[in-house]
Amino acid sequence: MEPVSLDVTVDMDLQIWIIGTIALVLKLGAVLLFLLLMAAYLVLVERKLLGRIQVRYGPNRAGKYGLLQPFADTIKMMTKEDIVPDAADRVIFLLAPAVVAITALLMFAVIPFGPDITVYGHRVPLVVTDINVGLLFVFALSSLGVYGAALGGWSSNSKYSLLGGIRGAAQMVSYELALGLSLIPVVMEAGSFSLVDIVNAQTQLPYILLEPVAFAIFFISALAEIKRIPFDLPEAENELGAGFHTEYSGMRFGLFFLGEYVHMQVLGGLIAVFFLGGWHGPLLPGPVWLAVKIVLVCLVMIWIRGTLPRLRYDQLMNFGWKVLIPAALLNVVVTGARLLW
Amino acid sequence: MRVDLIDKVPSGAIGTLWEGTKAIAAGFATTLKHVFRPPITEEYPEFRRVLPARTRARIVLTRDPDGGERCVACYLCSGVCPVSCISMQSAERTDGRRFAAWFRINFARCIYCGLCEEACPTSAIQLSPMFETCERDILTLVYEKEDLLVDHGGKDPDYNFYRHAGVVTAIGGKGGHIDEDPPVNVRSNMP
Amino acid sequence: MNLFNILFYSIALLIVVSTGLAVTRRNLVHAVIYLIMSFFGSAFVFYLFGAPFLAALMVIVYAGAIMILFLFIIMMLRVETPEEQLFPARQMWPAVAVAAGYLVVGALLAAHDPAAGAVLGPAQTEPAVFGAYVFRNTWLAVEVTSLLLLVALIGALFIGKRPTHESEE
Repeated sequence: MEPVSLDVTVDMDLQIWIIGTIALVLKLGAVLLFLLLMAAYLVLVERKLLGRIQVRYGPNRAGKYGLLQPFADTIKMMTKEDIVPDAADRVIFLLAPAVVAITALLMFAVIPFGPDITVYGHRVPLVVTDINVGLLFVFALSSLGVYGAALGGWSSNSKYSLLGGIRGAAQMVSYELALGLSLIPVVMEAGSFSLVDIVNAQTQLPYILLEPVAFAIFFISALAEIKRIPFDLPEAENELGAGFHTEYSGMRFGLFFLGEYVHMQVLGGLIAVFFLGGWHGPLLPGPVWLAVKIVLVCLVMIWIRGTLPRLRYDQLMNFGWKVLIPAALLNVVVTGARLLW
Repeated sequence: MRVDLIDKVPSGAIGTLWEGTKAIAAGFATTLKHVFRPPITEEYPEFRRVLPARTRARIVLTRDPDGGERCVACYLCSGVCPVSCISMQSAERTDGRRFAAWFRINFARCIYCGLCEEACPTSAIQLSPMFETCERDILTLVYEKEDLLVDHGGKDPDYNFYRHAGVVTAIGGKGGHIDEDPPVNVRSNMP
Repeated sequence: MNLFNILFYSIALLIVVSTGLAVTRRNLVHAVIYLIMSFFGSAFVFYLFGAPFLAALMVIVYAGAIMILFLFIIMMLRVETPEEQLFPARQMWPAVAVAAGYLVVGALLAAHDPAAGAVLGPAQTEPAVFGAYVFRNTWLAVEVTSLLLLVALIGALFIGKRPTHESEE
């Protein structure tokens, strides 16, 4: 078979379509691989770092320095029995972990990880999809992620799970408000909902310097959104067993876990995009800078987990509704006034 | 009633905010400091700490200084065992010493409470610091007398029950034991 | 029939089926989930029409915020016995009547509007244009709505506050 020259035999539209599809598949593959591998190693890093904070080594048996620990954990969870309680609502019980993992993974679709690159004369943007309502897409998915926890807790038909699920729903709905309101100043500065535009607006100055209050509110709400210490009331181990995933075992529990760590990275990515200038940075290429920023944010989250105790439920609600939301609203007004004059 | 643990209560919102921020920052500084401290963990298989002699782990059957079995198969340990993991069959030798024909401890059941050791009148059954008894097959945790017997006296190496007891054996006859008076003739023991 | 049509009709079918299931399910949580699926379908239709802004709002407001509150209340309710879960006919008929009336009015409106066949024009705009339009042309309605929400907020605060005051006294 003689080699076919693309420029001669295939018309232009089809060529663009083929290159676009190949680029999309490659981007999807790279992002998925990065997220999943990072999630696995984030667990290891978290355990190691928590260990060092508590003056002990973390896992160090599987492989050199415990580097094979993520694989050992995965194999363990895959081979464990997948238990579904008799009284559980079977379909919802089986679906809930998938909802958590999928919403977390999908959120990364709108995060740009580099400048446009040129392949065979075609511009390929380094983002899975750039939609002009990217920020709203993120919020839509994050509000759907609540269902994973709430329905997982409800369908287990166990009192601890139900309490965890209800707490999770209330907490995430409350903090989503502060999360959304804290980003309005950023949108006002950039003048766009698209994450690509927001990153491009920070070429000179990252928004953390321009909007420190918004950054603080977003970071705190993000911690509540991914149910991490000091906001881990939905899974409060010492009062609720394990909260909404008490009844889960094997790889379904693994999916909850995976979703949590992917979500952590996604929020790291979002913080990087909204406040730390996204992939912009000197010397290193864009994707590397984004990865560095994500890891940095995740390390700070682990540090917080190693330091702060869990909040009480009334403190959580008071803080969210009486401090964060008014502060975010005030920040919107202040930013508006600053932009106007 | 409210108890304030802070000796100097900060005044006003600014004071509270300042105190709170300071406290949280101190916490973060402490954890950060600990990250760069060498861990104090003793890593187990490489470093085996010498455990105290009275650590309660695997049960052994000890021998007296002469090398004879201490156990007299009195069933006290078996009776006191809360999980009933000790079983035996008593027998008697021709010289009058009692012994266990077979003696069995099911370590899959044993909770290492040490009650058997307390109940034992001859210091035969003792808990040793040896704790590495994990097995994949649970039935291999059933120890027979041969597995339990050791060739030393455990925590009380010099003790020999038959030197003290008023039982006639090869070691001593009536009145020949330590702290024992010769038998009294009841007919001469008149007031 | 092109790809667009196939997508549209399959999503329309999904909306109709899931809405029907949402109405007829006896298990309230299942009903809520089917309703969420129905909202999802609507969001997809908006996206298909080239209005991603409306699609995102649909998911955030309806599927994300309102339905989670429904779910929240339902999860805390007592589990009903099978007899209680049955819908009596006298509850069914008013709902059917309202739905039929809505259907008739909607169909008549669509039939008489010459632009009904066209794709929603105003919805396809950029979020910024949409926002500017809403706040420039309908600012009064926006302010009245926000005032209404403020009143509702203060009312909720008042209702929530009163019992604790009495118990303290």
